[in-house]
Amino acid sequence: MRLSDTLQFASGSLRGSPTRTLLMMLAMAIGVAAVVVLTALGEGARRYVVDQFASLGTNLVIVLPGRTETSGVGPGLMSGQTPREITLDDAQALLRSRAIKRFAPLTVGSASLSRGALNREVVVLGSTSELLAVRHMQMAVGRFLPEGDIHDTASVCVLGNQMKRELFGNEQAVGQWVRLGDRRFRIIGVMASQGESMGMRTDELVIIPVAASHQLFNNSGLFRILIEARNRDSIEQVTRDAEAIMVERHSGERDVTVITQDAVLQTFDRILGALTMAVGGIAAISLAVAGVLIMNVMLIAVAQRVKEIGLLKALGAPGKQIRHLFFAEAALLSAIGSVAGLALGFAGSFIIGQIYPSLPVSPPWWAVIAATATALGTGILFSVWPARRAAKLDPVAALAGK
Amino acid sequence: MIELQNVCRTFTVGDQQVTALRDIDLSFGAGEYISIMGPSGSGKSTMLNMLGLLDRPSSGTYLLDGGNVTDLNDEQLARVRREKIGFVFQSFHLVPRLTAAQNVELPMILAGVPPEERKERVQVLMQSYGLADRADHKPDQLSGGQRQRVAIARATVMNPSVLLADEPTGNLDQATGWEVLKLLEGLLAQGITLVLVTHDAEIGARAHRRIHMLDGRILSDEQQAK
Repeated sequence: MRLSDTLQFASGSLRGSPTRTLLMMLAMAIGVAAVVVLTALGEGARRYVVDQFASLGTNLVIVLPGRTETSGVGPGLMSGQTPREITLDDAQALLRSRAIKRFAPLTVGSASLSRGALNREVVVLGSTSELLAVRHMQMAVGRFLPEGDIHDTASVCVLGNQMKRELFGNEQAVGQWVRLGDRRFRIIGVMASQGESMGMRTDELVIIPVAASHQLFNNSGLFRILIEARNRDSIEQVTRDAEAIMVERHSGERDVTVITQDAVLQTFDRILGALTMAVGGIAAISLAVAGVLIMNVMLIAVAQRVKEIGLLKALGAPGKQIRHLFFAEAALLSAIGSVAGLALGFAGSFIIGQIYPSLPVSPPWWAVIAATATALGTGILFSVWPARRAAKLDPVAALAGK
Repeated sequence: MIELQNVCRTFTVGDQQVTALRDIDLSFGAGEYISIMGPSGSGKSTMLNMLGLLDRPSSGTYLLDGGNVTDLNDEQLARVRREKIGFVFQSFHLVPRLTAAQNVELPMILAGVPPEERKERVQVLMQSYGLADRADHKPDQLSGGQRQRVAIARATVMNPSVLLADEPTGNLDQATGWEVLKLLEGLLAQGITLVLVTHDAEIGARAHRRIHMLDGRILSDEQQAK
């Protein structure tokens, strides 16, 4: 018997009982769709987190003051000391490491920003010109902080997009003066709208030179140092160098914490990846259930078609051929079922993507392949027993309908 | 051409042994017209199944065209059935979801005959059995006589050497029954061996060779002088 005839005969007998066929396909389709949608969600969550980290900057190493112990209370707190702060000179010393491409010191404070009668409280970031590149930020108009001496206290500022709109509306802001605390700053640029990035609304910030912020807030320490490594492979080197330089400058005391964005990212990646697999696995159980359903219905089909099987045997079909016919039915059923399921799953993912536009929902290719393979596999596997049963029927008894 | 030597067939029903055929010795030549008659339970149906290779003898030997078919495996038996034996049943046994033409085509599909050749042979056969205008009808749209003619077309489409008919007129009214019988007898001219199982003495009497069975034995085997 030719393969095309086998498939045609099988599809004919599937069409012969449309309700049964439709229900089995539905079960298969729901299973496949569940795997596709759930893994798409999991993958979407994973990619969302990864993207958020990437928008922070690439190959980032962050130095923060104080030693963070993994457990218990740090020795500094026990003895009542506050950790020694990181100074601008400490930050500049970092450039001795060849693995470091650029760095941006960071201070954070809050001050009232006013222009004429308009007045509001804002978060003020103090940094250098490098911040723009390190944090992957974009300018709307004007320029970012001037390059040059890190100790330069020029009274210039860059406004976040929303800040500009609140204070100036559609007016030209660059070149105008605003008051920040007790000092006047000239606006040299406006940031492009960046949206939210890891909980910090860059649109509502005011950025001034780091030395100016020290004067404004009357302090000398840094909140963070953001370091960009030359490449992915030098991240480890940067971590070691930064730690060594800080320890050396702080007279041998390890009182800074160096964290890599990579380590945090990898942890999230692993957790969310595992979660996606688990959810996909649970959805795959519904495929197994669909398989059992196929077996069940196939057994009924064998019982209902006993006479036809007897006839096929009398007409000269060996047991093997009868088995192939039932396999072909199961394979067709699972194939069409999984194609419908894939369509359903992709449509579902698309709709979820429309509802939550910030979530990059797209089913991972491995889940699509795994779901289809599992559907075909279970369909054929669970038809083995019914097919064998049909093949083993005694033709005389089968023809008599027994 | 067909030779049964010492063939016995016993069934186990519960813990009892039931003998359906006892020591059957029989041989048919090509082109013979044989009727097998007897009351129900006489073993005539078992005999037909045995001849059609649907059943295996418990003991004894079956030679078909000189070859021993007693020890063939499932696949070999299916092949012999496909190529040498045609079945016509009392209840037609047409596949209800297939059209008349597709039912006739079925044995060729199982044998792997190429589609173009299948179409051609089906068309020729449907024409000669007067079914040309019924080709695309489903069995439930056909009369009893038409159904049986489709079944005969199906049984002969592979050009078998033996045609086994089990009460072919049993489900038909008398006039249609005679028509079907004439059709079957017409095949004799092509050199086919026709074996007819019936309990209708009038029909059985038409065969050239009449075998009467009782309790699994051959009671009489009379040859009609032509």
